[in-house]
Amino acid sequence: MHIVVCTKLVPDPEAAFSMFTVDEHAKRVIPAPGLRWVMSPFDEQAMEAALRIREKQPDSRITVMTLGPDNARNALKHGLAMGADDGVFLSDTAFQEAGSYITAFLLAAAIRKLRGCDLVLTGRQAADWDAGIVGAGIAETLAVPVISFAKDVQIDGGAVRVERVLDDGTEVVEADLPAVVTVSNELGAARAPTLRETMRAARKPVVVWSGADLGWSASAAEAAGIRCVRERVFLPVKNSRCEILEGASPEEQAASLARRLREARVI
Amino acid sequence: MSGVLVIAELVRDVPARLSLELLGLARQIVAQTGGSVSALVFGCDQTASAALIARGADKVFVVDDPRAADYNSDTWTACAAHAADQSAPAVVLSGHTTKGMDLAPRLAFRLNSAAAMGCVSVTWEDGEMRFTRPCYGGSARETVSIRTAPAVATVRSGCYDAAPADAMRRGEIVTLGVDSQASRLRVVERRPEAGDKVRLEDARVVVAGGRGLNGPDGFAVLGELAQVLGGVVGASRVPCDLGWCPHSMQIGLTGKTITPDLYIAVGISGASHHMAGCGGARIIVAINTDPDAAIFRDARFGVIGDFRKVVPALAAEVRKGATDGR
Repeated sequence: MHIVVCTKLVPDPEAAFSMFTVDEHAKRVIPAPGLRWVMSPFDEQAMEAALRIREKQPDSRITVMTLGPDNARNALKHGLAMGADDGVFLSDTAFQEAGSYITAFLLAAAIRKLRGCDLVLTGRQAADWDAGIVGAGIAETLAVPVISFAKDVQIDGGAVRVERVLDDGTEVVEADLPAVVTVSNELGAARAPTLRETMRAARKPVVVWSGADLGWSASAAEAAGIRCVRERVFLPVKNSRCEILEGASPEEQAASLARRLREARVI
Repeated sequence: MSGVLVIAELVRDVPARLSLELLGLARQIVAQTGGSVSALVFGCDQTASAALIARGADKVFVVDDPRAADYNSDTWTACAAHAADQSAPAVVLSGHTTKGMDLAPRLAFRLNSAAAMGCVSVTWEDGEMRFTRPCYGGSARETVSIRTAPAVATVRSGCYDAAPADAMRRGEIVTLGVDSQASRLRVVERRPEAGDKVRLEDARVVVAGGRGLNGPDGFAVLGELAQVLGGVVGASRVPCDLGWCPHSMQIGLTGKTITPDLYIAVGISGASHHMAGCGGARIIVAINTDPDAAIFRDARFGVIGDFRKVVPALAAEVRKGATDGR
């Protein structure tokens, strides 16, 4: 069983709203300088799902993969410290600002270059752009089935069995391998790296592939990049005109609130 | 390519409110760009098709197979691609629901185009469709244009108004076949959660709890207030992840997007990713012990205090108002 986990390094999504500014000219969100960069939490949970599978099938091999600038290597380090067996780093200046389409094509190309795998796991969306496109894109590009928003992932012979989250409950869906599964927060918390695994991580093999290694050309990048063009990035306006309802007791506060809500005709 | 294709969803055999909002948006788009509005609906009878036409569809593609009514990613994606081939729209719209979030990116790749996910605004500017959506956990917004056709987008609920029903509108109904055998996915079991009678997405009043409830029993306190207000109880992500309440109650970027008239946030800090799911509420009330909580920046009214005292007092006050005949 060979599992590839696709991950992304993002600015810590738990950081406060005030930690972000926007460069409107460059159309980029600028995280504050001191902000931590972490593996996107949904991807971390995809790693967790892979580790749970390997606990039941110890002969499984987990490859953690990422695409990005030099610091993205930290996503691999984290995945290896969590317990992945090896890493693939897709790194090329031509990949800068790669959107969802380019990213999906490149990850799919890298998986092909690995001569495929049994299962691809990734987060339901990256915690920076929150698009939720890449998992589906890898599956469509590789022409394999995809099951999204997994709460639980089990391997059953040659098939993957996934409990997935719906608006009003869950459903259990099966697909024959190879397949792609995107993991949701309902899977539960990801384990923290142990000291032992962190020490071992430095000795685990990591390959680095450039665009040329993946047969990626400037014209292909242009064709994919033109599909979706970022026109503007901005911060939403906050109203900050909250009226705090005072009162000597909770009853007085409640009476005052009820009066306001009646005036606004919402109760 | 012109016009709009709307992927409709039914709730208990009736078009979902969000699907009607998409038809409203689709009419706005074709009023500017020309073209017609098509809708795609799965496994329905004539009544649902008629409702979609009355609300703005010129043509309804019906996948007239009861087995297709329940969502199957492979079947729905194949049918949506087929309907898009037949209607050649400039834009395909679907709701930002678990169905739409699953289908839209697959469809975009299948059609060699691109998708904009979770949009709060879709506009026609300088001859291009532009899509605005929250990103960075709701901390920022981006506007993108899609240069390939058809553009695919999922739209959050409450961003557009449904057009009033017009029983005189006429439209064409086209039956689409489905190859159920082609699905590589097997749905083994569905586990619906027994929830409120009113769906969270449709409720006019929502009382939601967060980490500040300090445990599952706090939701019973909120339930009493919701009941006197004729509302529904929701939650931020933390109580769902901690198992205090089912995940179907989650409001936020990765949960549900709601736009009630009144949203009462109890013990919710107001992180951006939560506000992305409820920021469109008409009036937000925050009840929190922490006067510095971010939620007070988004709320219209705030009460600083212990919810175990304030919430029952508010419920009593509402009951009193009701018996006073106000």
